[in-house]
Amino acid sequence: MATDTLVRRTPARTRARKAKQAVGLGTRMRRNWQLYAMLAIPLVWLAIFAYWPMYGAIIAFKDYNVVDGILGSRWVGVKHFERFVESYQFWRLLKNTLILHVYELLATFWLPILLALGLNMARRRWYRRSVQLITYAPHFISTVVVVGLIVVIVDPNSGVLNQFLALLGLGPIDVLSNPDYFRHLYVWSGAWQTMGFSAIIYLAALTSVSPELHEAAIVDGASRLRRIWHIDLPAIRPVAVILLILNIGSIMSVGFEKVLLLQNTLNLQTSEVLDTYVYKLGFASQVPQFSYAAAIGLFRSVVGLALLVLANAVARRFAKSSLW
Amino acid sequence: MSMATATSSPPGTPAPVRETRSDRIVMICNYTALGLFTLAVLYPLVYVVSASLSDPKNVVSGKVWLWPVGLSVEAFKAIFDYDSIVSGFSNSIVYAVGGALLATALTLLAAYPLSRKGLPGKGLIMALFVFTMMFSGGLIPTYLVVDRLGLLNSRWAIVLPAALAVWNMIITRTFFQSTIPEELVEAAKVDGCTDFGFFWRIVLPLSKPIIAVNMLFYAVAQWNSWFSALIYLTNEHLFPLQLVLRQILIQNQFDPSQVRDTAELIRMKELQEQLKFSLIVIATVPPLLIYPFVQKHFVKGAMVGSLKG
Repeated sequence: MATDTLVRRTPARTRARKAKQAVGLGTRMRRNWQLYAMLAIPLVWLAIFAYWPMYGAIIAFKDYNVVDGILGSRWVGVKHFERFVESYQFWRLLKNTLILHVYELLATFWLPILLALGLNMARRRWYRRSVQLITYAPHFISTVVVVGLIVVIVDPNSGVLNQFLALLGLGPIDVLSNPDYFRHLYVWSGAWQTMGFSAIIYLAALTSVSPELHEAAIVDGASRLRRIWHIDLPAIRPVAVILLILNIGSIMSVGFEKVLLLQNTLNLQTSEVLDTYVYKLGFASQVPQFSYAAAIGLFRSVVGLALLVLANAVARRFAKSSLW
Repeated sequence: MSMATATSSPPGTPAPVRETRSDRIVMICNYTALGLFTLAVLYPLVYVVSASLSDPKNVVSGKVWLWPVGLSVEAFKAIFDYDSIVSGFSNSIVYAVGGALLATALTLLAAYPLSRKGLPGKGLIMALFVFTMMFSGGLIPTYLVVDRLGLLNSRWAIVLPAALAVWNMIITRTFFQSTIPEELVEAAKVDGCTDFGFFWRIVLPLSKPIIAVNMLFYAVAQWNSWFSALIYLTNEHLFPLQLVLRQILIQNQFDPSQVRDTAELIRMKELQEQLKFSLIVIATVPPLLIYPFVQKHFVKGAMVGSLKG
């Protein structure tokens, strides 16, 4: 991610660069000591809360116990990884994780794009403003409250969903404890919550489209839909590709908190994913299995990173825009 | 988008000359679809507010579906008799305000130096930050670090690990790059201004929008967070509101010992179902109150160009 390379190299800039290079590296660093001093605090934070845990992830290759600590515990190689891959949980967790997030991606990725195109087309300011104000709002609601909302709405006794079904002579259905409904509940409540806010980034890309392009197209007799297809969509393509890459990179992880909240003993069959399993091994079982849980977590992180790199390579090859 | 028949088409104004018939149909469909989608987003929110303001009996029997039936504010009064909700509310305010101040400070301190051209080692430091977005040690190792630092069961365990979000840092850095011209820095240097002085007297006053956006993002994130409290805290007096909400709303745990007298308890049992609605309203109001004030900032530029920073 480098903007600096995007800056045009004018002759004046190149000269300035040469002049700077004439000054030694040590001198330049000494001149900027105050900037480094400012960076020091965030860097210490980064070392402690981001890189120390990465180092701590080596317990995945050890038999961690509290007394000996991270360094002192015995090395056991890939024992925990083998145990996980061979366990009966492995395929079920992998399947649930992948299906949930691929479903989410397919069902909801294009929704914010559609919303942004619609908003961009709408000319009446008050209408645009109110749609935006209302659809952005759920983004600021917490996961706990969203799940709480789901609970009260689908409640088998008093929830509005079952009241409605009763009118049609159907139900009552207990949505929360049925594994068949879990994925739909997860994906569509997510769409409700994030679609409006995710449209912002596409709207920003659309506002950068020159109005002259549209005017020229109108003169040539292009219809609205044609202009969307040939002007608006190409304008948001780079943003869409980048968001898609990021989405694919997080296929193994996102949404863990909501999954955990929506989970109950009756829907485990579809709702148990890698992250919730790690949580249970580490915090909700009688004997915490830190090393085994850390191994599963590490497996998840590595696969996620690999997917990100892969998606980026594919995007760079075919869509000609990429993260790096 | 669906061709629905609901009538939220715009009031008639003279159409531009070039507007063809098919374009007008597209436009009407567009307005209708936007309107229907907005109503779909709005409905659950309206339903919850209405239910929280209705008579408890009507809520339990399912008579409420759009507007309040039999006005009553009992459920809101009951909230304030439930001790852990009150303490959760005040804890959440501490976490949100404290967390937002700390995190915004850290974000500005990281973003400004990294926005400056020609700082030796800048690329490497930036890469160190960005890498943590793609790869993390994981839940267990992070927990062990917090444990090792002796932060378990303290307010710091909630605030410190969340004290910087790399994404926000990148947005802030992009803001600095596009609003603080390098010429200004050089002019100030010629006048003998140090980097500290420049940051304090010139950069910060020019950065009010991005400071506001950061404060909002961090405060809302803290207000809405519950998972770190779940794993790092066992002392109930430190629980944030969201964790208390989870117990009552989702796990259906209603703890009578939290209520002080028995007459109250009987009333509370009747109210229990409705309490959920009023709780949802109370927990959602603070973030929704601040957001319109900051909305114009993140629409205007703060998010723009942040992606490929």
